[in-house]
Formats: sequence, structure tokens, C-alpha cells
Amino acid sequence: MQITVTVNGERYTRGVEPRLLLVHFLRDDLGLTGTHWGCDTSNCGVCAVWLDGAPVKSCTVLAVMADGHEVRTVEGLAHGAELDPVQQGFVACHGLQCGFCTPGMMMTARWLLDHDPDPSEEDIREAVSGQLCRCTGYENIVRSIRWAAEHGGAARPAEEDAGREEVRT
Amino acid sequence: MQVPATFQYARATGVEHAIELLTRYGPEARLVAGGHSLLPMMKLRLAQPEALIDINGLDELTRIRVDGGELAVGAMVRHAGLLASAVVGEHFPVLRDAERMIADPLVRNRGTVGGSLCQADPSEDLSAAFCALRATLVAQGPDGRRVVPVREFFLGPYETVLGEAELLLEVRVPIRSHASAYRKVERRAGDWAVAAAAAVLELSGGVVTEAGIGLTAVGAPRFVAEEAERYLCGGPPDEERFAEAGRVAGEECRPSADQRGPVDYKRHLAAELTVRALRAAAARAQGQEA
Ligand SMILES: Cc1cc2nc3c(=O)[nH]c(=O)nc-3n(C[C@H](O)[C@H](O)[C@H](O)COP(=O)(O)OP(=O)(O)OC[C@H]3O[C@@H](n4cnc5c(N)ncnc54)[C@H](O)[C@@H]3O)c2cc1C
Ligand code: FES
Ligand code: FES
Repeated sequence: MQITVTVNGERYTRGVEPRLLLVHFLRDDLGLTGTHWGCDTSNCGVCAVWLDGAPVKSCTVLAVMADGHEVRTVEGLAHGAELDPVQQGFVACHGLQCGFCTPGMMMTARWLLDHDPDPSEEDIREAVSGQLCRCTGYENIVRSIRWAAEHGGAARPAEEDAGREEVRT
Repeated sequence: MQVPATFQYARATGVEHAIELLTRYGPEARLVAGGHSLLPMMKLRLAQPEALIDINGLDELTRIRVDGGELAVGAMVRHAGLLASAVVGEHFPVLRDAERMIADPLVRNRGTVGGSLCQADPSEDLSAAFCALRATLVAQGPDGRRVVPVREFFLGPYETVLGEAELLLEVRVPIRSHASAYRKVERRAGDWAVAAAAAVLELSGGVVTEAGIGLTAVGAPRFVAEEAERYLCGGPPDEERFAEAGRVAGEECRPSADQRGPVDYKRHLAAELTVRALRAAAARAQGQEA
């Protein structure tokens, strides 16, 4: 089947088997290996990407189901050379160790801050509750997302270039 | 790597088209909604449909409406949509309670209300919640539309009364003055229930006039504790009666032992969670948040 999926604003047309999972389409067909692939059983959330504006587990979506839809991956988080506040937060607060869970965590964090610019620790823990981290104990992930919230992380990227100036640290 | 076996894929553009595709592809075709029950089963070869009919494009099934004194929830409403709905939160706290504990936010962004019910998984939280509410389901097939009370919808685990080419369109619940709550015990955040209970109470003059008790994951026939419901009617909504209703519910369900626990533990949970859900519903009836 021929499908066209918009990923990070760019349209990709490829021929795929209906049984191809979105995570493998992104990684193997498009070479976007920032999205990780872990448990295969819809439990770990390392495969989280946005589908039509909301984070989902891409190992549990068929690539054909994304035909004509919009996907955003971790490669679409930064704005050119400038990191998104969420990415800066993970750097500033040591939000990762091995980094395996990080792309998924950051995609969910970005979505959370777009909808709630000032989330409590509890809100953050709930937002990432479908995602596993075997390294950090979550403490620093929560801190990283709070850091982003406190450093202009709520500003929607791209449209708000002026606002983003203040984010640079 | 877990990958489903090969299948054909077709996208439905409307309800009638979906029925037509189901008819054309035959008995080995399956609808796919959120895919969060079906795709994991296909990866494990627990399901191996020859064709998938994708109904994600059916916008007409994505609405939550109030229609003639009834709440109507479209089959393609995502869990996240049900959780976020103000009208659901106001009139049906049992659904909001349940949704808060169904899977995790990412799964809730994709899984649907219709898929939850049609999957007929004994551990599906919404089945017990809607059964406690005595919801009705609207389905459409080649022979037209029909309305099925949710308590007559489930034939057993993973089995419903829906025909091969029949589609669930919406779930309807009358908006009433009842109070409700859902209580669940899970092993870890986002997991399926070890056991859970839904309680719906209609009160008048200090007496229970109608009771709905739904039970999840404990083998309750049609997801309900009918004896406990009957017991509660006509008496005051007090601790003593709730304790007895819980005891009856724990006895009438038929849990099986699995990795989530042995039978007596599940019976204990069914009883205790029934009491807690009833208590919370009664508190809400008095305007207290529980
Ligand atoms: C990690 C994980 C944890 C979960 N935890 C929970 C939990 O704690 N509690 C809980 O209740 N659920 C849980 N779920 C299940 C989740 O709620 C699913 O989304 C839901 O069971 C199925 O909805 P779906 O839209 O994904 O259905 P699908 O997987 O698309 O479909 C399920 C079945 O229903 C049929 N179907 C779907 N829509 C229709 C329709 N409109 N008409 C007729 N047939 C239809 C399909 O053909 C299929 O047979 C979990 C799932 C995952 C992956
Ligand atoms: S790989 Fe998708 S949830 Fe683990
Ligand atoms: S940093 Fe290693 S899994 Fe999260």
C-alpha cells in the first residue's frame, strides 16, 4: 500500500505492508531512529510520538493508520540549532542516564506543557505514567519537566519565536 | 520482534461503508478502532484476522452529546475524550473515576469506548461501569439498527451479541439524579484491575430506590452483582447495608486465580471495593466529594 505521512512537517510517501507498525516505519523506512522501540507490548512508552497532536505508543499503531495524518517525533522537537525548553531541561537537570526512555518522555512532556504550562509534580508523574525508565528513578525526569515549565517551556514553539528568545540560557 | 501476520487493510468512510466492507471481506474481517486490544493480540497471534476495516475516519462516531435527556457517547470517543468531558464528569462520576484508572494517558489517547465494550475483555473497566449504569447500546448491521441493553450485550469473555457485520455506534445513558463511583485495585499504575467495582445509587426519601453494582475482572455474570443490587433496594444507604451488599457481591462473583491473585483475595477485593464504591456514591449523593 502507498501511504503519505507528514512527519515533523515533511511529507513522506512510501509503499508499506499493512502490518508494518508506525514505530518501524519511522525508524526503518524513514531513518528517524530518535523514536525508540522497546517492549513491543504497549507497556514501556519509549516509542511515544505525537499522532495528530497527541502522544501515542507508535508500536501499537499501524503505519497505514497514519496515512494522511501528522506525526511529530523527537527529531521535530528542536527549532533548528536551538533545543526545545524540554530538551534543555533534561540537560540542565540530568533527566537521563542511558537515554533509552528519553525521546518518549520528552514528547509527552512537550504535550503536557502545551496543555498545562504549570504542572504540579503529581500532574507530571501522571502524564508520564505510561512510560518506563529503568535508570533515573523518575526524580530527575520530573525535575527536568518542571525546569522546562519554569524556563518558558510553556511557549508554543515555532509560532512564538519572540517568546523563545528568553529561553536561551 | 512482534509483528502481526499479514492481512488486508481497508478504510471505511462511513458507517454504511464499514458494514459493506465487513460483508465483502467476510467472517475473517475485523474492525479496528484504537487497535490497543486488537493489535497486541495480533502480535501474539491470539487474533489473526484476514482483513482489518479501519473505522478511525468515522467522525460521526466521535461525539459526546446530550440528546433527549440521555448522554450519548459515540463508539469512537477515545478514553481521553470521555475523561475530559465536563458533562460526563458532572452526571457520571463513575465513568470519570474509571477513566482515571484505565491504562495510562498514552493508551487513553488511542483506545476507544466502543473498542473497550466490543472487546468484552473480563477486565475492561468500562463494561462494569456502563453495566452498573444500565446503559443501552445502539448497533447497526446489514439488517438495520437495533438497541441492546448493555446487560444483554456480553455473551462471555471476548464475546458479544454483535453480528459479524455489525457495528457499535454509540452508548446511551439516561441522565438522572443518581450518584455513582468506581473503585479499582491494580498492581501498579496503569495496569488492568485485580478487581474493581462500580456503584450507582438512586436515592429517594432516605431509601435506595435503584442500585447498580458493576464488577470488573472477577467473573461476575454480565459484569454485575444482581443479588447485591436487589438486597440494597428499599433500605437506607448506610454502612451496615453496604457491608452486607459487599459480602453478597463477593460471594456471587466467580473469580479465577491468575498472576494477579488467588480466588479468595479477589472475592475479598470484590466485597471491599463494592463497599468503598457504594460509600463514595452515597457521599456524592449528599454533595460531598469522594
Ligand atoms: C498497556 C495497556 C493497558 C491497558 N489497561 C487497561 C485498563 O486498565 N483497563 C481497561 O479497561 N482497558 C485497558 N486497556 C485496553 C484499552 O482500554 C483498549 O483501548 C480497549 O480495550 C480497546 O479499545 P480499542 O479502541 O483500542 O479497540 P480495538 O483494539 O480497536 O478493538 C477491540 C475489539 O473491538 C472491536 N471493535 C472496535 N470498535 C468496534 C465497534 N465500533 N463496533 C464493533 N466492534 C468494534 C474490534 O473489532 C476488536 O475485536 C489497556 C490497553 C493497553 C495496551
Ligand atoms: S515499544 Fe511501544 S510501548 Fe514499549
Ligand atoms: S534513562 Fe535509562 S531508561 Fe530512562
